[in-house]
Amino acid sequence: MDTLTIANRTFRSRLMVGTGKFSSNAAMVAAMEGSGCEIVTVALRRVDVDNPHDSILTHIDREKYLLLPNTSGARDAEEAVRLARLARAAGCEPWVKLEVTPDPFYLLPDPIETLKAAEILVKDGFVVLPYINADPVLAKRLQEAGTATVMPLGAPIGTNKGVRTRDSIAIIIEQAIVPVVVDAGLGAPSHAAEAMEMGADAVLVNTALAVARDPGAMGQAFRKGVEAGREAYLAGLGRQQERAEASSPLTGFLHN
Amino acid sequence: MNFQQTLDSYNLAEVEARIAAKRSADVEAALAAAHLGIDDFMALLSPAAAAYIEPMAQRAHQLTVQRFGKTILMYAPLYLSNECTNGCRYCGFNAHNKVPRRTLTLDETEAEARVLHDRGFRHLLLVTGEAPRAADTDYLTAAVARLRPLFSSISIEVYPMEESGYRQVIDAGVDGLTIYQETYDRALYAEMHPFGKKRDFAFRLRAPEHAAAAGMRRIGVGALLGLGKFRVEAFCTGLHALHLARHCWRTHLTVSFPRMRPADGGFQPLNPVSDHDFVQLICALRLLLPDAGLVLSTRESAQLRDNLLPLGITQMSAGSCTSPGGYAEKDESGRQFVIDDDRTHTEVEAMLRSRGYDPVWKDWDSAFHA
Repeated sequence: MDTLTIANRTFRSRLMVGTGKFSSNAAMVAAMEGSGCEIVTVALRRVDVDNPHDSILTHIDREKYLLLPNTSGARDAEEAVRLARLARAAGCEPWVKLEVTPDPFYLLPDPIETLKAAEILVKDGFVVLPYINADPVLAKRLQEAGTATVMPLGAPIGTNKGVRTRDSIAIIIEQAIVPVVVDAGLGAPSHAAEAMEMGADAVLVNTALAVARDPGAMGQAFRKGVEAGREAYLAGLGRQQERAEASSPLTGFLHN
Repeated sequence: MNFQQTLDSYNLAEVEARIAAKRSADVEAALAAAHLGIDDFMALLSPAAAAYIEPMAQRAHQLTVQRFGKTILMYAPLYLSNECTNGCRYCGFNAHNKVPRRTLTLDETEAEARVLHDRGFRHLLLVTGEAPRAADTDYLTAAVARLRPLFSSISIEVYPMEESGYRQVIDAGVDGLTIYQETYDRALYAEMHPFGKKRDFAFRLRAPEHAAAAGMRRIGVGALLGLGKFRVEAFCTGLHALHLARHCWRTHLTVSFPRMRPADGGFQPLNPVSDHDFVQLICALRLLLPDAGLVLSTRESAQLRDNLLPLGITQMSAGSCTSPGGYAEKDESGRQFVIDDDRTHTEVEAMLRSRGYDPVWKDWDSAFHA
């Protein structure tokens, strides 16, 4: 069976879901259910991990879903590390989706601070899943630092534009030694399928589900998109032919 | 994850069977792929791909021109010592062979180097056997320090070292390592290396990773063709290079495909590789590794080298001598093997130019060293 392994943990689903922007907790849960996801990210700044009555946490079945706290809002490495440590101290598993986004407009990740924070958190025993721009060298530096995945963005978060960073993501996928999760910008199941067809190991979706008229149904649609893309990747897509016309034979000497 | 773990995850008999099972449709898919997967690479090494040798060559040529232009980096080997405590059955330096043994002094080394320098070479490959008493790492370091002002790049092809050893030679001015696993088949490796430190398969396999960790800029791998079955050896070589590309990503990779030559001792190839197979192997490696340097030495004939030139080759030696002292003293009695292309460097240079290729003598600078 085709499974996804991150830091020695195995998952059947290759779709991760974010929990921001939903109109209600019921809509959020419907999206999670429909998507078949096993990993959900939660912004640490939005939840009260100490409080058993927290409105988001009470709706997430921790038996069913791995809660992946994210450091959304952190502007530098220090803030991200502090958030992650607080979450762990409050009893979360030592998994963290590392987001360092000092630019409040496009919420683009800061590569320098992200690498710094990753180095600290890995040494600290965290399973680190860093959100990055689609920069292949940064991806290598992070995996060298010991991150469990890399999570390059397809397009700026919340834009629903699809895999606009396609060429760079292709290089990351080609070279990575950890799972590649395309995160941010995927606005339609076809976008998710495209990322999976390219050989991404998983995708993370939030806005597209949260803003859908029917988040539960959109969750299902993304599930199918991810599965279709993955299956097509494994089945071996027919490739576009590049037919070069031979100018003069290069191997004629073998027949002389 | 080190390469040994990757290699151990494959059973070589299964690899051979999987390669043999590839069909023309698999080859066509591999030829159309932007990046080769493991199964694509197997397809290109398969008997089914023999019928596709021309399209493979065209693709290899196209990729190479795209990535490297029509240039050939010129290098020359300099044999420092042929003393050796190993028993490699195929090698002229085998400890049991009765050949004149010699380790160059620093002055003799410089005399050799000056010949090569005067010929225009700025990329030098220092070669030794494995003789800890005659030519140890301190000896090598001293030679490098002496030659460094004459060359822009110095590579070594010597016994495998720990990371600390590589650090020492890098500090002295070495920027490249060539180390052939000879065969990736453990059982055959044990048979071919009956005694000596080289018996340690795993240590040799680990050497490129040790070197990369020490900061080596260029690393070359390869299998000695004629020992194991070439499809499997080529597959493992490609796997090795891919592993290094992923895990030691700061290192520039080169791949060589040395075919066994007549040598003192009279060892005959166990699995001879035909010219056709050889071309298939070179093209398959190029398609797998579009950015790797592919090295062709004077082991091959002049005619074949000229024909292989457009298929993906990026580095060539010329006018080489495989015995210590052979350049300055013109005595080849202690040679490792008999070269085939015996043209001078000027003849090879003229051949390259006549075919529209630029010989490149310097493509590095000692200023990169601290």
